[in-house]
Amino acid sequence: MLLTINGRPHDVHVEPFESLASTLRERLQMLGTKVGCDRGECGTCTVLLDDVPVYSCLVLTRSCEGRRIRTIEGVATANELHPVQRAFVTHDAVQCGYCTPGQVMSAIALLEQHALPSDDEIRRSMSGNLCRCGCYPKIHAAVKSVAAAAVEANDDR
Amino acid sequence: MTLPDVAYHRATSLADACRLGEQLGSEAAFLAGGTELLPDYLRQRESARHLIALDGLSELRGIAEDGDTLVIGGLTSIAEVAGSPLVRSWFPALAEAARAIGSPFIRSRATIGGNFCRAVPCADTPPAAVAAGARVRLVGPLGTRELEAGDFIIGPRQTALVAGEVLTAIAIPRQPAASGGSYQRFARRKGAALAVAAVAARVVMDGPVIGDVRLALGAVAPVPMLAARAAARLRGERPSAGLFALAGDECAGEALPITDVRATAEFRRDLVRVLARRALAQAVQRAEGTA
Repeated sequence: MLLTINGRPHDVHVEPFESLASTLRERLQMLGTKVGCDRGECGTCTVLLDDVPVYSCLVLTRSCEGRRIRTIEGVATANELHPVQRAFVTHDAVQCGYCTPGQVMSAIALLEQHALPSDDEIRRSMSGNLCRCGCYPKIHAAVKSVAAAAVEANDDR
Repeated sequence: MTLPDVAYHRATSLADACRLGEQLGSEAAFLAGGTELLPDYLRQRESARHLIALDGLSELRGIAEDGDTLVIGGLTSIAEVAGSPLVRSWFPALAEAARAIGSPFIRSRATIGGNFCRAVPCADTPPAAVAAGARVRLVGPLGTRELEAGDFIIGPRQTALVAGEVLTAIAIPRQPAASGGSYQRFARRKGAALAVAAVAARVVMDGPVIGDVRLALGAVAPVPMLAARAAARLRGERPSAGLFALAGDECAGEALPITDVRATAEFRRDLVRVLARRALAQAVQRAEGTA
């Protein structure tokens, strides 16, 4: 079947009962997407499906034909990190880093929908991404800084 | 996760889904959002060899008014139920129950039909629907039939569905005048946590006294359970904190909780006592238009 990942077509053979997380990691060697619980509780495997965040461990690859998949591999350009990635670095919002790809995808989806989310909106919309190192305050600050920077840039124009 | 021995079918129509389901019988499971079904394979609670994907049946998706009924298609996502202005105006407690489920990424995929058909005792939307007097609409080998929401779930992970039968809609009746609802739940966190106990209420006021009451208890019995003794105690009485406390005690006595990884049976009984009080207070406030 044909999958569109980060704007590029990928022709893959998949089993009927195969999660998108497995396909990404095991068939396409796109190892940026992590698998934690493998049952839709932790959020490390978050990717965007038609711009909506999903747990890729709970999505059968078979159901993704013709849909737009975005993973952590597609967010930075060759020379530049995505603003959300940069903010995670600046705010030191990473300890072990395992949940980070999922956190970043989740934050990107949030900021694409709400340019200036409230504290409560950030907490609610990122509540599906667990961080067992407990970096939540720094993750929150990172996401908030990207929103604030975007507004400032807009004001300067 | 990859399981090798499962075949994947994508239903092209409701009739096709029913036909496939009937043919394959207990070997088949219908796949909607997959947020419960897919992990159930890992937990070895599900072993169907055929998955019949329903995602192509767009006619089962959406929320619409039909006379005195609000029809919520079985494939409507939990996120849509939670955010629907129609649900909020017909019976806000159902939207509140939907909003309590899982995390945002679970809610965007999980369906209200799935929440009923997987029939997990701690599911959030069934108690709220039972309190509202909702019915479920089924289509399959028995034709089209409608059951009371409370009669649809018959045990933990057990429903009245026969092979090849699909839940097409949850039908919410127009709520009586001077009525109000509430959904109160307790979980370890505000996000991404299963209910430890929940109480859904619908109160209909009859002037200064309580007319009809429906109290549905969640996560403290094998099925969303109507607390009949508590309701009997409330009818004909003037609402007061003391009365709600008595009703809470009745609910705690009627509940049939178990001890599991999330809580002990005793703690669940105590929760029911408190949640019932809160649910009644909010439902009465809403019925009187003061909330």
